[in-house]
Amino acid sequence: MAVSDLVLLEADHTRFASILDRLRHDSNAKVVFLIDKNGQQLATAGDLTGLDPTSLASLTAGNVAATDGLAKLLGEREFSILFHEGEHDNLHINVVSGKAILVVIFDERSSLGLVRLRVKKSTTELGTILDDIVARSQSQRASAVGSFAPFAEITDDDIDALFS
Amino acid sequence: MTFINYAAREINCKIVYYGPGLCGKTTNIQFIFDKTGAGAKGKLISLATESERTLFFDFLPIELGTIRGFRTRFHLYTVPGQVFYDASRKLILKGVDGIVFVADSQEARMDANVESIRNLKENLAEHGYSIDKVPYVLQLNKRDLPTAVAVPELVRALRFRNEPVFEAVASKGSGVFETLKAVVKGVLVDLKSR
Repeated sequence: MAVSDLVLLEADHTRFASILDRLRHDSNAKVVFLIDKNGQQLATAGDLTGLDPTSLASLTAGNVAATDGLAKLLGEREFSILFHEGEHDNLHINVVSGKAILVVIFDERSSLGLVRLRVKKSTTELGTILDDIVARSQSQRASAVGSFAPFAEITDDDIDALFS
Repeated sequence: MTFINYAAREINCKIVYYGPGLCGKTTNIQFIFDKTGAGAKGKLISLATESERTLFFDFLPIELGTIRGFRTRFHLYTVPGQVFYDASRKLILKGVDGIVFVADSQEARMDANVESIRNLKENLAEHGYSIDKVPYVLQLNKRDLPTAVAVPELVRALRFRNEPVFEAVASKGSGVFETLKAVVKGVLVDLKSR
């Protein structure tokens, strides 16, 4: 495969969670998600009751991917911010370092201006962590030493057992 | 691009069902959804037109069990098969870990099958993938139709890298899970070999 796998360590998740928690609190948001551009959920903050995070991550990634396609058609590098206004809840979507997507769900207890202000600061911090993760994955791949993959020692029996 | 989440002890892989329009990609996913237990699947998302043709993608997350202490989760996607949705197909292929090519066995769709494989190769190359390296399975669907081309002829025309081939009637479920198991196995073996 031409691209590196994405490996999220517990320390990475803790750093993400801390930033998302603070963002949710400072922006009075309901829920904050961080997902990768392939639709995988990296971290969340807030009450997920009634929400399907897997579907949300996949649809948001598709939304951003389609928007990226539109941007290229128009000669733009990307449309880094999307905003969807609903009757009760609103969705603010922000691309972080070109690698991940920050989703903020908020209602009348917050405002678009406040969310955008708080997101701007968080984006910088999240981008730094993402850059570290990517650099680490690429370094691991290049050195081919100490692979993070937990599957280095799996057997064919392990795989067959999944289907039994 | 496989996602290994040590915090959640999960490994997440993306499988894309590819093929020409109306070949049975969505039918495969729908059958998998219908027959998978509630605890092992998420919601089936279908972004389709009013006439139920896939517009952007279908998405189904499934969980197969644990391996070496990690939950193995697979995100199944289908692409829209109609020719003019190529831009969308390119987007869905991004980050793919395994591919199922669903071929329509009908004689009238042979050209469409061949063109779809060519399109797949091209779109993969744009993302930096080689179709010769990504885990890949060929499904020959619609084997029940009277106009179905004989299997040896289909294999001769469509198989190009000694990939596993499965006959299927996706509308009845025949061959669907066998195909899925093969591509999952291919992805995990590929992961193991890295």
